[in-house]
Amino acid sequence: MNVMAPFEGIGASVKRKEDLRFLSGRGQYTDDINRPGQLHAYILRSPHAHARITALDVAAAKAMPGVRAVYTSADMAAVGGIPCGWQIHNKDGTPMAEPKHPVLAEGKVRHVGDPVAVVVADTRPQARDAAEAIAVEYDVLPSATTMAHAQAPGAPAVHDDVPSNLCYDWHIGEKGAVDAAFAQATHRVVFETTNNRLVPNAMEPRAAIGDYDTTSGEHTLYTTSQNPHVIRLLMGAFVLNIPESRLRVVAPDVGGGFGSKIYHYAEEAIVTWAAHKLGRPVKWTADRTESFMSDAHGRDHVTRAELALDAEGTFLALRVHTQANMGAYLSTFAPCVPTYLYATLLAGVYKTPAIYAEVKAVFTNTVPVDAYRGAGRPEATYLLERLVDVAARQCGFDKLELRRRNFIATDAFPYQTPVALEYDSGDYFSTLSQALETADWHGFEARRAEAKARGRLRGIGISTYLEACGIAPSAVVGSLGARAGLYEVGTIRVHPTGSVTVLTGAHSHGQGHETTFAQLVSDKLGVPVNMVDIVHGDTAKVPFGMGTYGSRSLAVGGSAMDKAMDKIIAKGRRIAAHLMEASVEDIEFDRGTFRVAGTDKTKALAEISLAAYVPHNYPHDELEPGLEETAFYDPKNFTYPGGCHIAEVEIEPETGKVHMVNFTAVDDVGRVINPMIVEGQVQGGVAQGIGQALLEACVYDEGGQLLSASMMDYTMPRADDLAPVSVATHVTLCTHNPLGVKGCGEVGAIGSPPAVMNAVVDALRDFGVNHVEMPATPPKIWSIIHGKNGA
Amino acid sequence: MPQVTLSVNGATHTVEVEGRTLLVELLREKLRLTGTHVGCDTSQCGACVVHMDGESVKACTVLAVASQGANITTIEGLAAADGTLHPMQEAFREYHALQCGFCTPGMVMSAVDLVQKNPQGLSEPEIREGLEGNLCRCTGYHNIVKAIAAAQDVMHGRRETLATAAE
Repeated sequence: MNVMAPFEGIGASVKRKEDLRFLSGRGQYTDDINRPGQLHAYILRSPHAHARITALDVAAAKAMPGVRAVYTSADMAAVGGIPCGWQIHNKDGTPMAEPKHPVLAEGKVRHVGDPVAVVVADTRPQARDAAEAIAVEYDVLPSATTMAHAQAPGAPAVHDDVPSNLCYDWHIGEKGAVDAAFAQATHRVVFETTNNRLVPNAMEPRAAIGDYDTTSGEHTLYTTSQNPHVIRLLMGAFVLNIPESRLRVVAPDVGGGFGSKIYHYAEEAIVTWAAHKLGRPVKWTADRTESFMSDAHGRDHVTRAELALDAEGTFLALRVHTQANMGAYLSTFAPCVPTYLYATLLAGVYKTPAIYAEVKAVFTNTVPVDAYRGAGRPEATYLLERLVDVAARQCGFDKLELRRRNFIATDAFPYQTPVALEYDSGDYFSTLSQALETADWHGFEARRAEAKARGRLRGIGISTYLEACGIAPSAVVGSLGARAGLYEVGTIRVHPTGSVTVLTGAHSHGQGHETTFAQLVSDKLGVPVNMVDIVHGDTAKVPFGMGTYGSRSLAVGGSAMDKAMDKIIAKGRRIAAHLMEASVEDIEFDRGTFRVAGTDKTKALAEISLAAYVPHNYPHDELEPGLEETAFYDPKNFTYPGGCHIAEVEIEPETGKVHMVNFTAVDDVGRVINPMIVEGQVQGGVAQGIGQALLEACVYDEGGQLLSASMMDYTMPRADDLAPVSVATHVTLCTHNPLGVKGCGEVGAIGSPPAVMNAVVDALRDFGVNHVEMPATPPKIWSIIHGKNGA
Repeated sequence: MPQVTLSVNGATHTVEVEGRTLLVELLREKLRLTGTHVGCDTSQCGACVVHMDGESVKACTVLAVASQGANITTIEGLAAADGTLHPMQEAFREYHALQCGFCTPGMVMSAVDLVQKNPQGLSEPEIREGLEGNLCRCTGYHNIVKAIAAAQDVMHGRRETLATAAE
């Protein structure tokens, strides 16, 4: 009797291969690694937002027990600054201001947490103790924490060579067309908002170990990175001047990233450099407060938007002015977040014919800001979806009808927006109607009445969103200022007996690549998932790839694997043709079996691979032995996931606390490989979006002190802050990659904040409230309900 | 330096520590049991939860010297000697209750203690409240709650095998 093997290919909820090691405590995160003879680094950081260093004396620290070295910027004079990976140009065509970002402070500190000196000692406590013996004299300067302050006349200059604190003044779209449309409009709606600054807070704090082989001259860096090749390129070429062949970067198991582990950080260069100096491995691990003071933060926009509508509610034009906080230095991809990942998304799911956006990026005395889950797209989506609700209310339109009236038609794809992007596919009407049904939108008023009887204020909110991910076409981003290519690489190594190893430049730090990628191979080559191993995260093992961010791993990395598998199949057909004495054109391949068309003559993949590695009977005059292929895939376009999120909240009037009671997500992420993993990604993204809407805010005081610098002060979402999330998908295929996939890692964090805030405002509809800023904390809501400081 | 003698996952160790050494440092650095993680340093995140004499503790908040004579179980000691996973570990896998895996050891150890202390069974809101001391940034907790609900039925003998996610 034949027992059917369980289906493990595309569409199966295969349990994750990586779980066993994580569940049994056998993960290998960077801080779990210990190299023989390892020393420990502790970094002394600035306690001031802005100060000149007038004296720096490390002699006492050097004499402390166990101390091997103390370094300041004077010791690292030959080390370059930390480079920025994206150059934006101003309206007038000049390049953005790009002040130096030194590894250790050079005479001046520019934010609380700016690294000043490094102690290397036998143990971590010894290094920490010795850091307290470093004598630093600061001449404290006035600081600029907010963008308003940084742009006020006479504001202190974060960088002496950028007296205006303006990084760039950029724009996109047709200003004239927008002005003309506004002149014709029946309705003009103005909306001003702040997108709250967030701290990513991956659960694993950043860590790095530098190692140097004194005999070979090879450097190794173990680091908590989402993209080890990017770190090797940036640090090797720009900071430490180490050729790629002598620098290995390993990103082992990484405990979450959400963007914060994309960037090249000073500590990576410090441990790599110090290991070479000392001839011993050097480890650094952040404590959580260091993470708050040194991991790149997210969001932090201040925006004024204006929407023009005709009498029927058709959107005529959108005008947006945004200020984006860069923090004290330009982090790796910071300049592109409020420009090409934000303003290009301002069409959203709507056929607004004219859009003009201006973005000013501003330096302040705060931690650098860069991409955080969604990166620009949550800011654009929040702006648009709140604006549409505000417009519906102000002009008297139904908020669903207003959306439907302006949706891009399902048959209008490919659709060119007025802000550069060309959407390939989508069906916003279907995701909307499916979400309305799942959330029982039309039954809401009864639930609101029932809640009112219990003394609760209930509200419902919607967001119909779109994002651009699967980044990115290299030629396109290159023309927009990217200093890197954004292809991906995949190698398929079929072993002699038919098992498979996949090398990928993508990096898994929670996404479950070891499972999803194995399913791609299983589906196409017919190899069981447990016979497919995925190798990633080590520049010595995998070809040059670009890593994981921007929901790109499957759309770009998976497509590279798919192309490599095509090459495997093409070569396999020629080997099969030789072995079965048929012509290549007659060889068919389906999930692991090569067949001579129309016959029962077959060869399994394992027979072909064995012939390729034991090539006794082999077409040597036309083929090389072996069965291993590599493909690089450069995407033709971004991918455009979209969908509809509906949030339902209840407010306790006595306390102002907002309770999540229901959340519905219907997302179009293209073809779904593993539904269980996709649902998990959406669940997690929505939790972060709810965190932004209701709980999280990074707070600086006027003097630039970071008040929310620990998990006691920064409100992370906990299990009882959240409600069950209903997740469903409605698929339209991506038209330009071979898998039809779009990406699912960020949709939850992009679509959800405006849905939640629209629900909060709806719950407060009896209080004359037009808008509530994120996060909707109890004091803010209580003040509105009780008539104090109502917005 | 003070000495501490303690039992970890059934093996007795005598270790020299500083007075300020934390239990989690003893486990990770002296015994190389790196399954127990440090996520926050302020007793907020629960990545460091282990069992001390049968109860969950945050190992970043226990001085190593205070563990003199204690019986400690870490995530490495939760599965049976033959490698059979504890029902809670099994449930986390079945319900996709982990993504990056960093909070997972502490989350699992907390969940085991939570279920053991509540033989009457826990409702979904009670499980959510019981997870107050553990942070996860990846999953949104939904699948963790489902996994704990399923595991408790096996741990309390109400089911012989785990309800599958498909049921």
